[in-house]
Amino acid sequence: MTAVLDSASLLCLTASALLSLAAAVGLLRFPDLLSRMHAGTKPQVLGVLLALLGVGLRLRSGLDVGMLLLVGLFQCLTLPVAAHMVGRAVYRTDLVRSCDLAVDDLSVERTGEDGRAVDGDQLGPDDHVSEDVHRSDG
Amino acid sequence: MSTVLTWVSATLLTAAALLIVVRIVRGPTVLDRVVALDVLIAVIVSALALEAVVNRHGTTLPILITLSLLGFLSSVTVARYVERDSSEVAEDDDVEEGRG
Repeated sequence: MTAVLDSASLLCLTASALLSLAAAVGLLRFPDLLSRMHAGTKPQVLGVLLALLGVGLRLRSGLDVGMLLLVGLFQCLTLPVAAHMVGRAVYRTDLVRSCDLAVDDLSVERTGEDGRAVDGDQLGPDDHVSEDVHRSDG
Repeated sequence: MSTVLTWVSATLLTAAALLIVVRIVRGPTVLDRVVALDVLIAVIVSALALEAVVNRHGTTLPILITLSLLGFLSSVTVARYVERDSSEVAEDDDVEEGRG
């Protein structure tokens, strides 16, 4: 039984290492920043969770498994925040080629009625009015 | 069997880290480097987990907790500053156009 668990933990770690290598190749080969982010999220979520599962299968004590659960929880909580902020910065610095996008839902929200960038933190109740004005103009 | 799997995992992680460092050095923009650094943190977490499995101890687990809690702060900060810089540049362009 112990040998089976140890082998399973090493298999999990090997799968995690494979995901890391795939992400590294994707980071080098992909042409666009958004597609590089897409490649990079594989080891950040699935790879790290597989590695933590491997450690848990090998150590098998209550305190260590609790710490591993904390690591997985924090990783799943903090990664979407970072990806959201980086993706927003990528869009606002015009690093996204618009020919790559099938639908661009942010373009209406991004330019207000006077053509200046609308800050997402300052969205208020008046935005519906300005949006209607923008649409009637178009 | 276990020795082979250990060496395979260590080799894959080392190759991944080296390729990511190449991207960090070459990355044309700051955001490329930030994304690559985030992935490098994930690779380091996997490497620390592999070391904990091989030597069968839980000493490095607090390091994993710290990395998973604080690893996202750098990318959030850098993304915020990059965004602010670009919006200031856009406002300056608007002012110049209005004067011209």
